[in-house]
Amino acid sequence: MAHQISIRIDGKLVKVSAGSSILDAALAAGKDIPALCHMKGLSAVGACRLCVVELAGVGRLLPACTTPAADGMSVTTVSQKLTKYRRMILEMLFAERNHVCSVCVSNNHCELQALAARLGVTNVRFAYSYPKLSADTSHPRFVLDHNRCILCTRCVRVCAELEGAHVWDVMSRGTGSRLVCDMNQPWGASKGCTSCGKCVQACPTGALAEKGWCVEEMAKQPARVSRLAVIRGGGQ
Amino acid sequence: MSKAKIATCWLDGCSGCHMSLLDLDETLIQVARKADIVFGPLVDAQEFPEGVDVALVEGAVSSYDDQRLLQTIRRRSQVLVALGDCAVTGNVSSMRNGIPVKKLLERIYVQGAAEAQAVPSDGVPGLLKQAGPLHETVKVDLHIPGCPPKPDAIGFAVLELLEGRKPDMASKVKFG
Repeated sequence: MAHQISIRIDGKLVKVSAGSSILDAALAAGKDIPALCHMKGLSAVGACRLCVVELAGVGRLLPACTTPAADGMSVTTVSQKLTKYRRMILEMLFAERNHVCSVCVSNNHCELQALAARLGVTNVRFAYSYPKLSADTSHPRFVLDHNRCILCTRCVRVCAELEGAHVWDVMSRGTGSRLVCDMNQPWGASKGCTSCGKCVQACPTGALAEKGWCVEEMAKQPARVSRLAVIRGGGQ
Repeated sequence: MSKAKIATCWLDGCSGCHMSLLDLDETLIQVARKADIVFGPLVDAQEFPEGVDVALVEGAVSSYDDQRLLQTIRRRSQVLVALGDCAVTGNVSSMRNGIPVKKLLERIYVQGAAEAQAVPSDGVPGLLKQAGPLHETVKVDLHIPGCPPKPDAIGFAVLELLEGRKPDMASKVKFG
């Protein structure tokens, strides 16, 4: 049995195995920390920053998913400061691309939209950037709409770590970052893609969707993909 | 006691938010006891009056006319409410923002028209370079997102505002 360590989460003492992340420990303690890029069974990358927590004695906020729990740590997962920053992160995600919920295939089934409602985001204070983005409809069964992508990289990891195909990657930097298929080829031209659809099911927004669905019709099953990844013994 | 004054306004939107407003059903009677609707698509007034207590504005700011009217509304209203996703985020109205206005109009009125191929110019306001949410033009006091916002959320907000309180919309609304 792995070595056990004790950490305090929102004042409550929690015992976890050494090597667990703060997010694992918090989940084990029944805490519901908001997160978009995290998926149990896949490696943690700290892409969305929504799971930031306060750590006693540390001046800055740290992402719970990529910060290992250490013996004696005292973590705060709910505070006004955290809510303020989590809201700002969501607002920046909305401002960065064209997330027009009302005409989205995943409207009412979207994790980004649901999280905004949960954290009380009623408007975006940052200027919208309205980038001109494309959609890749070359795959016979699926669509990639860059307008709705938040670069969480769940699709990248599920394809590489669970399906073993590693079709997806992210190219360029900053706001110019784009999800790419193979070496920036049309999805339909990919020889590596097995058309398993795990990326679509793992995607938290309407960025990856099945063809043939109308507005509000694309409900996904990320929990199933996650369960499969855990059974296969992937990272936390 | 004199009644409060409510104004509604329809900028670049589909009027779905006004439909949702009418969907208040019996709550409309409660509102009508406390306030008169003095301007908007539902009444005849031609000019936005002075001294409005609550202005509910639907739609994005898309044309020079929208911009001017919104600035008048701001000057003449105590509380300005952005009603619905177009007013709050730009929504569908802002989906044209990646296309230059000239190209957009020519695509629709010249290439897309079977006859009378010309971009209309008489009696129609010029389009702004981009359509955007109200708060990029004026100060907005309350946001009610939703496409359209739920009647319950509108009713709650209006009744609270008429009582002089600022409603907390956080748990009552969502985008889309």
